Amino acid sequence: MQLGQHLPVLQVVIPLLSAPLCLLLRNGRLAWMFTLAVSWLVLAGAVWLLLQVLAHGTVSYALGAWPAPWGIEYHVDHVSAFVLLIVSGISAVVLPFAGISVAREIPADRVSLFYTLYLLCLTGLLGIVITGDAFNLFVFLEISALSSYALISQGRDRRALTASYHYLILGTIGATFILIGVGLLYMMTGTLNMQDIAVRLPAVTDTRTVRTAFAFLIVGISLKLALFPLHLWLPNAYTYAPSVVTAFLAATATKVGVYVLLRFVFTIFGAAFAFQVMSLGPILLVLALLAIFSASTVAIFQDNLKRMLAYSSVAQIGYMVLGISFASLTGLTAGILHLFNHALMKGALFLALGAVFYQLGTVQLTQLRGLGRRMPWTMAAIVIGGLSLVGVPLTVGFISKWYLILAALESGWWPVAVLVLLGSLLAMVYVGRLVETAYFHAPPEDDREVREAPLSLLLPIWILILANLYFGIDTSLTVGVARQAAALLLGVSP
Amino acid sequence: MATVLGLYNYWIAIFLMMAGFYVVIAHGNLVKKIVGLSIFQVAVFILYISMGKVQGGSAPILAAGVTSYSNPLPHVLILTAIVVGVATIALGLALVIRINEAYGTVEEDNIHSQDEPE
Repeated sequence: MQLGQHLPVLQVVIPLLSAPLCLLLRNGRLAWMFTLAVSWLVLAGAVWLLLQVLAHGTVSYALGAWPAPWGIEYHVDHVSAFVLLIVSGISAVVLPFAGISVAREIPADRVSLFYTLYLLCLTGLLGIVITGDAFNLFVFLEISALSSYALISQGRDRRALTASYHYLILGTIGATFILIGVGLLYMMTGTLNMQDIAVRLPAVTDTRTVRTAFAFLIVGISLKLALFPLHLWLPNAYTYAPSVVTAFLAATATKVGVYVLLRFVFTIFGAAFAFQVMSLGPILLVLALLAIFSASTVAIFQDNLKRMLAYSSVAQIGYMVLGISFASLTGLTAGILHLFNHALMKGALFLALGAVFYQLGTVQLTQLRGLGRRMPWTMAAIVIGGLSLVGVPLTVGFISKWYLILAALESGWWPVAVLVLLGSLLAMVYVGRLVETAYFHAPPEDDREVREAPLSLLLPIWILILANLYFGIDTSLTVGVARQAAALLLGVSP
Repeated sequence: MATVLGLYNYWIAIFLMMAGFYVVIAHGNLVKKIVGLSIFQVAVFILYISMGKVQGGSAPILAAGVTSYSNPLPHVLILTAIVVGVATIALGLALVIRINEAYGTVEEDNIHSQDEPE
């Protein structure tokens, strides 16, 4: 069918063209409904693409009918289809929540602008995942980054401005590093198409230019995905951004960063070059473990809950990178699996905090005393999401940790497996602190009437929470796709 | 020595890159940081543009009697990157204006000290 053929490009074109249309709407509520419709349409496209990829293998689309490597190619394989599903799925769940949450947090005359930025950010993230062209990836990276800086600066606290500014500086340095890396690769291979670079690279692989390109790319991407110690932009940005923005970015932006890492390391440079010549494995392993322990420890001492979860995000990114650092089939499966699972749990938790913020106007831990009885549904969601973060059985967090430990044992690194378990204990401490305050402390004296969040906020939270439980029990879809994606990246049979 | 001088265009790019990077890191003034960032990006543009030059090649316009052309693709790529750079600088400066409205200063130290007491 005609439309089906053009599906890959429509994934990007629809949100991109919708953004200026959204600007014309002016009316906030209308803009929201429009964005919601667009996002659901994109989700339908992503599901369709994933089914196509699962049935027929990789889908390739030549932009403007210019064949690759001359034209830009959109390349959808198992990895990109899976990440597309994560990004569009999270967006489709977050947007119903956005309706009243954004109306409360953003001045009315700016709401349609807000959704324009949101659509641009979505375009950028989807574009990064779907493109098969290294320079095109940089452009989409900047589209998503520029719009997310602007989105973050919309927070009500004035510190949102400085957080956004710092993110802009660091993000631009990261993106420019990626640009240098892509330029050096182009210098050596004369092509920008990822598949084509991968074919031509082995002939010139033993040159200083290629090694420099690799170094620039890895550092630039690590800045984007907030790998320890390049995570400094993340905590403030997530803390002061509007609730919806935090939930959306925490669940998608860093995941897309991890996807870019996978793409460059495995598809373009190849596992042999990255892990044997450049010894990326030990570097990522050490940084990932440091991320898990330092960020989890810092998270324990945070009183602002959004900041606590932001540090927890840095730690969770550590788990994903840890899986990648094994460079084995099980390790990569664990990493890719955790992309999906972490999006579910952090999406749910940040949305739940958004609901708390909607009712209380604050997310300081001390203000949450006794909230377990007054906002039972929201707090129950936070408890289940928190358990998932810790990795308790029957939640998705357990599945990720299980495969991660399996991968560590498979590689013969049992101390790493022990460290993963210890990391979970740290998560238990900071989640426990929250649960204790909400359930075992008396409500504050100056009792205002605090009611449960409205249904339109609760519904998206609980959809994500139920997904946390469902994919924690029935793992056939997620593990299956993740394993196929890992096999594809490593070039082995699943 | 010949290679060092022969690659002078890259040395210029690297010098500018490091100078810009240093300004971003070392300066506490938010506007100066943006200027440093801009220099840093421009250095990368130069890197790309000099990469496309073919020794003895003419401008990439079809003409009789010309057989060797410089590679136009890096130039086109950099046009895109320049647009991205302009957008970044514009957004950065817009943020600085908002920060100045909210804090009354664009010095990083003063901003930090204003947020400290909370």
